[in-house]
Amino acid sequence: MSKLIEEQPLDIVCVTCGIKLTLGKVELSYLGSNFPVELYRCSQCGLVYVPEELANGKMKKVEAALEDK
Amino acid sequence: MDQMDQKLLRERESKCIQENPPACTAGCPVHVDARGMAKAVQKEDYATGFALFNRMVPFPGIISRICNQPCRQTCKRNEIDESIFIKGLEQICVDNNNTAPKLLLPKAKTQKVAIVGAGLSGLTAALELSRKGYKVTVFEATDRLGGSIWDIAENKLPRQLIHNDFEIIAKFPIEIRYNTAINALDSLSAEYDAIYLATGFQLTGNSDLGLELASDGKIKVDLISLATNNNKVFVGGSLRREYGHPSPIASIADGKIAAISIDRLFQNASLTANREKEGLYETALYTNIKGIKPEPMVIAGDSDSGYSKTEAVQEANRCLLCECQECVKACEYLAHYRGYPKRYAREVYNNLSIVMGIHHANNMINSCSLCGLCEQICPGNLNMGEICHEARKIMVEKGKMPPSTHDFALRDMQFSNSDACALTRNQPGSSSSEWVFYPGCQLAASSPQYVQQMYSFLCERLSGGVGLLLGCCGAPASWAGQEAVFRETRNNLESNWRSLGSPKIITACPTCLSLFKNDSPDMPVENLWTLLERIGLPEGSTQLAKTPQKLAIHDSCTTRYDAEIQTSVRNLLGRLGYQIEELPLSRETTVCCGYGGLMLYANQEIAHKVIDRRINESELDYLAYCSMCRDNFASQGKRTYHLLDLILGGGEEDLATQAGPGYSKRQENRAKLKQTLVREVWGEEVAQPQAEVKVTIPADVLQLMEDRRILVDDVTNVIAHAESSGSKLKDARSGHYIAYFKPASVTYWVEYLPQADGFVVQNAYCHRIEIEG
Repeated sequence: MSKLIEEQPLDIVCVTCGIKLTLGKVELSYLGSNFPVELYRCSQCGLVYVPEELANGKMKKVEAALEDK
Repeated sequence: MDQMDQKLLRERESKCIQENPPACTAGCPVHVDARGMAKAVQKEDYATGFALFNRMVPFPGIISRICNQPCRQTCKRNEIDESIFIKGLEQICVDNNNTAPKLLLPKAKTQKVAIVGAGLSGLTAALELSRKGYKVTVFEATDRLGGSIWDIAENKLPRQLIHNDFEIIAKFPIEIRYNTAINALDSLSAEYDAIYLATGFQLTGNSDLGLELASDGKIKVDLISLATNNNKVFVGGSLRREYGHPSPIASIADGKIAAISIDRLFQNASLTANREKEGLYETALYTNIKGIKPEPMVIAGDSDSGYSKTEAVQEANRCLLCECQECVKACEYLAHYRGYPKRYAREVYNNLSIVMGIHHANNMINSCSLCGLCEQICPGNLNMGEICHEARKIMVEKGKMPPSTHDFALRDMQFSNSDACALTRNQPGSSSSEWVFYPGCQLAASSPQYVQQMYSFLCERLSGGVGLLLGCCGAPASWAGQEAVFRETRNNLESNWRSLGSPKIITACPTCLSLFKNDSPDMPVENLWTLLERIGLPEGSTQLAKTPQKLAIHDSCTTRYDAEIQTSVRNLLGRLGYQIEELPLSRETTVCCGYGGLMLYANQEIAHKVIDRRINESELDYLAYCSMCRDNFASQGKRTYHLLDLILGGGEEDLATQAGPGYSKRQENRAKLKQTLVREVWGEEVAQPQAEVKVTIPADVLQLMEDRRILVDDVTNVIAHAESSGSKLKDARSGHYIAYFKPASVTYWVEYLPQADGFVVQNAYCHRIEIEG
């Protein structure tokens, strides 16, 4: 789960901090399991970006697997 | 699982008779799997057919020619035309098999057994005992093996088959003493630990052996163990049968029974315990033969050489491959997992016992509609819904229920019972109620106008005061196995009902009704349809049907045990001028619409299969008397009326076509219904809740949200949060703002653009994994 996302030419900006999101370490958790992953996030305030494909793809699969554990 | 659960499991499992053997197997003295053999022959897989035959019959070549086939008496096909010619299928397998069974020689044991007589029975016992490692000596009066089978004509039993079959004897450490007649047992008794007497038909001489005789002069034998009064002597084969009635297969069966008895004797085990199903018995397997066309038995072109391959396949194809599967045939859910309830029940119980590991059956447990059709159809009345429902409760209790399965439905229920929608009122001007109308949360969501119209009609028609209770009966919590939530919901409902003076409840929803009846027997309840039948329809409704037509009735699955309501609905339709068609499964065998048990939330794929199957059962427009049934069918394009569409809506054409409202609209309808009623019926001013932000959602995005179970409110909350906190992203290329917010357990994402005084939603998605930061 550590490699959730590939580096891609994103042009997403944190409106509060006015800086472009970059890949960085983000902590995700579900049902008592924690996993550090790399996601695009604002290096200043930590606001995270989860793209639609990730939410509906890999994240759904991991959710389902953890729910059946 | 504790012992109680285990016992319950066995009890429930045993109700499913699918795994019981077919009648042919139960009717075979050695239980040959003739059904499996027929299936193998159908595929021309003779090796498999042979293996199945040889597993039970040690001398397959001989038996395939001379078996007296008691199985044919019990073959199910007998009830239609003629039983399958099973011996012919055996023969084709023997003649075309080119595999040899593997022989395993066991570790030698010390006990010695004497077998008297080298006929089929004696040799079977010799083989079975030698396979177990006992030291076996066979005493044969003549100079060859086989006994009376040599009396059979060669064209019926080719001699080469006898030689082939008996080759196996030489492969075991069995000592054969030819030309050794045994006339007394004393010397054998001294030397051997057990004796099996299988000397064939004996007209005289039984008395010389010193064994107790029965009144017919034959040796007295215990029919289960073949034991005699001498505890080490057993008797079987033709020796204990009537002269002139040989049964080769029964002789073989006796040899096996005697071998088991001798083994038990050596192990100091009971000779008789648990042996009821060793011989012939009646199977509990049920096979429905309705609609099977008669086909005569295939006759072999050459009677001496038996079936050709083509003939054998043709005959094997007549085999019904007996099985039950009655419930599986009727239920898409049971069919989906490719098994049958006995197997499912075990999977459910295994699933509950897992401490560490994957719970593979979660999805299966949660997908059942709990409708109870299987119990109605099952010859043993097994109810898979009961098992799944109980499993869900245990999963919730243990914290093992997947949170995503029922979360949305439970939140929807909470909303229905929140201040936004719930209402408990006496009739205006009354301080207590003799009646209370309880329309249910789904009618309020699908057709709020009918709730208002019907309430006003009931107030007008009934005396003593008619109160109104809006809210959800707790069915979603019950279905989800959430006992605590369910109890709390019921308790609140009960105290609201008491506050109105414990009036008689009138339900419009069959599910609410069944919950009142089953869960709250102290709360008097009547359903709207029987009531309307009694007090009469609203004025004008019988003249409203413009084009009286024939409708196919779909009974709600929660009315399964309630013939009264089903009859009332039919009577009302008659009064309204409609003709009725009964669907193939109706009344006590009706099917679920795909919503029951929260199936639609747990497994949309199965729910859609259920709906598709149901809506294709008749070309006619359907009539349902539950909002969810109606909306589910209409959602898949089936023209379906709700009974109130005919009573209050005049049966207008487009009412049957209209899709039900989406999730957001349903909630909005419930909330607006309360506001409207409070304002119009009770004349109170209602403050309109003001939205924080104005949000526009294009139709395609709304549909996407519907599929992802995201409500308009969820999206509005994200935007409101982003705009007030400033926490949002901007995609520089599209110009979209992107924001997320997690009000409870789900994180919602919205892509949106500002527009005039509000925002336009471009996309919305969600996930349950939490972002810790």
